[in-house]
Amino acid sequence: MSSTITTAPNRKREVVDRAVIRFCGDSGDGMQITGSQFTNTVALYGNDLATLPDFPAEIRAPAGTLPGVSGFQVHFSSNDVYTPGDAVDALVAMNPAALKMNLPDLKKNGILIINLDDFKEADLRKAQMTSNPVEDHTLDGYRLFSVELTRLTRVALKELGLDAMSSDRCKNFFALGMCYWLYNRSMEPTLHWLEEKFKKKPGIVQANRLAMQAGYSYCEATEAFQISYEIPPAKLHPGTYRNISGNTALALGFVAASQKAGVPLFLGSYPITPASDILHELSSYKDFGVITFQAEDEIAAITSAIGAAYAGALGITSTSGPGMALKTEALGLAVAVELPLVICDIQRGGPSTGLPTKTEQADLLQALFGRNSEAPIPVLAPSSPGDCFWIALEASRIAIKHMLPVIILSDGYLANGAEPWRIPAVEDLPEIPVHFETNPEGFTPYRRDPVTLSRPWAVPGTPGLEHRIGGLEKQDVTGNINYEPLNHEHMVRLRAAKVESVALDIPQIIPEGDPSGDLLIVAWGSTHGPITAAMKSHREKGRRIGHVHLRHLNPFPSNLGDVLKRYRKVLVPEMNMGQLVMILRAKFLVDAQGYNKIQGKPFKTSEIEQKIEEMLG
Amino acid sequence: MTTATLPLYTKKDFQTDQEIRWCPGCGDYAILSAVQSVFADLNIPKEKFVVVSGIGCSSRFPYYMNTYGFHTIHGRAPAVATGLKIVRPDLEVWVATGDGDSLSIGGNHTIHMLRRNVGLKVLLFNNRIYGLTKGQYSPTSEIGKKTKSTPYGTADRPFNPISLAIGSEATFVARSVDVFQTHLKDTLKKAAAHKGAAYIEILQNCNIFNDGAWETITEKDARSEHVVQLDHGKPLIFGKNRDKGIRLVGLDLEVVALGNGITEKDLLVHDEHHPRASYAFLLAHMESRPGFPTPIGVLRSWGDVPRYEDVINAQLQEVQARRGKGDLAKLLRAGDTWEVKA
Repeated sequence: MSSTITTAPNRKREVVDRAVIRFCGDSGDGMQITGSQFTNTVALYGNDLATLPDFPAEIRAPAGTLPGVSGFQVHFSSNDVYTPGDAVDALVAMNPAALKMNLPDLKKNGILIINLDDFKEADLRKAQMTSNPVEDHTLDGYRLFSVELTRLTRVALKELGLDAMSSDRCKNFFALGMCYWLYNRSMEPTLHWLEEKFKKKPGIVQANRLAMQAGYSYCEATEAFQISYEIPPAKLHPGTYRNISGNTALALGFVAASQKAGVPLFLGSYPITPASDILHELSSYKDFGVITFQAEDEIAAITSAIGAAYAGALGITSTSGPGMALKTEALGLAVAVELPLVICDIQRGGPSTGLPTKTEQADLLQALFGRNSEAPIPVLAPSSPGDCFWIALEASRIAIKHMLPVIILSDGYLANGAEPWRIPAVEDLPEIPVHFETNPEGFTPYRRDPVTLSRPWAVPGTPGLEHRIGGLEKQDVTGNINYEPLNHEHMVRLRAAKVESVALDIPQIIPEGDPSGDLLIVAWGSTHGPITAAMKSHREKGRRIGHVHLRHLNPFPSNLGDVLKRYRKVLVPEMNMGQLVMILRAKFLVDAQGYNKIQGKPFKTSEIEQKIEEMLG
Repeated sequence: MTTATLPLYTKKDFQTDQEIRWCPGCGDYAILSAVQSVFADLNIPKEKFVVVSGIGCSSRFPYYMNTYGFHTIHGRAPAVATGLKIVRPDLEVWVATGDGDSLSIGGNHTIHMLRRNVGLKVLLFNNRIYGLTKGQYSPTSEIGKKTKSTPYGTADRPFNPISLAIGSEATFVARSVDVFQTHLKDTLKKAAAHKGAAYIEILQNCNIFNDGAWETITEKDARSEHVVQLDHGKPLIFGKNRDKGIRLVGLDLEVVALGNGITEKDLLVHDEHHPRASYAFLLAHMESRPGFPTPIGVLRSWGDVPRYEDVINAQLQEVQARRGKGDLAKLLRAGDTWEVKA
């Protein structure tokens, strides 16, 4: 859908409903900032959007080389946006390495802006290019704009008397200014951000402002671009919105949970990509009484949180796969002593160190089973960056109500990806009732609530409730050490039943799309967007498809087995080798088919579409 | 007429009904008895005590103390206790641990808890052997020791626990012995009075797997020849007839015989508040030198280092005083927002 508005002579403004733009360059080129500024601006304008930051694990790989390429993709639209977009409409490539890595994703006849100053022979060599793409017709099928970004930025900043290096650092803002012109967006939000961020460094504000304005004016003046684009605001659900990433949403969700529960929040954490932002974010909320403890290692991170939970706080810990592996024994302790705890695993590619900055969903089996002996734990997974807020609340609620550890499986894509988020009213947030035991009469540490099977939360310092807990097998109710065979079996079954009882406390599944029919897609986590988009296009063609996106992976919603039977075929797309599909097949004896992508990148809509086509023929 | 305050508790109040499962004759019984009577003497409400432990014989300790208790996992007691203490700085948190638990699998948590100066009292039961797993060497076993896992002798150089604690910037480091009941209780009381992290190495006998490990120290006849008791403000004197002393020579120590012109005035006078780590190190390493005695007592006590949990909580209060208590509605709306109208 597009219409054309005529503006200045020889200039056209085309109204389109969506665009995908990607900024890419060297890790030192500030592509993440450029991308997030562009995102913020289109969000404030009212577009729906999704982002995909994609950066290397190295802080600074050698400049100009292929491993050093960093990118940021934004998909924004006047309609619903489910994914960061399969193919790119406009690509900004700051150097040959970035061009080489990203050109395959640019649509034919797409807009390509390159920094001509960085396409000299030495630059090409660093990108392992033997000929210059600007001259060898590689770029013929694209609308190429070769701009001397470096030189023009220096010219623009000339009056500031900066050295070349400081001046060159602003060239990303020259490119950003160009993109604002190209998509007809105001520079105000970014100017405002600059002024806030660099309050104490007016020189930086001034330099970036001039660079951005120069980029904007360059487009205005040179007639290089014959066309600019207009993407009207989206019709989102009414309310107040902000742009939010998954890790920020998780952090806010935990603050909300702590406030709703009326207990302090304690985060024990050890820095790890891509989870560290949760620690950064929460460490600034001291006005909410949030305690953050940067522990000496992953094990101290979780065990300190267990200690905090024992003391009556909402104990949480955040990590990624390798850290999760280290926390395993302590998870078993939390199961044994039945204390509330939330563990956030922001998944990344593995095994071992793997792909620290790339996304994957391969820790599901680890979360479900990765402990010695029988140690069941409820597992939840958010489906979008904004959903991370709600998952944090839900996990905290379950942990406190049922007195057990709960695992949240987010991933690198949700953690760093952003979307518009409708801000909830505080009074609409779920209540999290907390009962601390204070009555010594008849108190025993493992006395149980008949419905949830939870034990009392009796914190040290409470007179008359002195008792001992620990990792040794205990007698139910009294908590006394007990090694008797039948007692052990009773306790193992009881801990399992306790986790199963959570199913009584969570909503039943209502499939998106068709309630029965040809195909049911079952998925979890960050794959929600591309599946929704792919399903939409197939349903428009008349196919009857349903989509169950599981936020509760243990226990499953109680009607999942029934829902699975209502469709002819079941497809389970996952960014792993087929972990959920294995569980579904084992548990429900259903002939579910896996569709697996293990590339450190989210599914494209087209990939899911194709798979559906294949299955339905 | 004066009214005497009746003691809140007797030792009995800190005993539990649980059957104690240490081997008969184990040094742990003596330590348990000392801790129970010291807790009773401290006149602190019973519910304020928490005993946290890891894994090992010594880590069964909490089950035998009628206080709050948490038997955690191997080596991690200091980390669990740190989380607990940050949230509840008002509690008296004691950690029971062993040479394997604290110095091997839990070495990392031990050093970090000490450098942070978390207000925990750590009782290190050092029997120089792995008891619960039936007799392998520990990080404090003497080099060359033949054990189940080292039939030809260990190749490992042992840790000196108090030296490690001093090197970790511990603010209170002491040593006592299971069978020196008076000294042990006295040392525990000093630890209890210390605000920050206290690390107390208790030399303990494992009569099953390493009987007599500390014989040269505990043996009645040998005791006074091989042990020097450190008392703040007192010269370092030892020997059956109190006829030997320790003297400072340049940057080193030497053992001297009293008499022949050498008097108590020439001896090193113990200063547990000495500001230099080198001082405590000199004392800690005496025992490994021929002719030198093993020091017991408080090697270091630095009272003016802030407790970790106090610093953390003061920061919370300071931010709340400056910014006011957090408003959730405002937090959710922080940053750039926009309205979508119906």
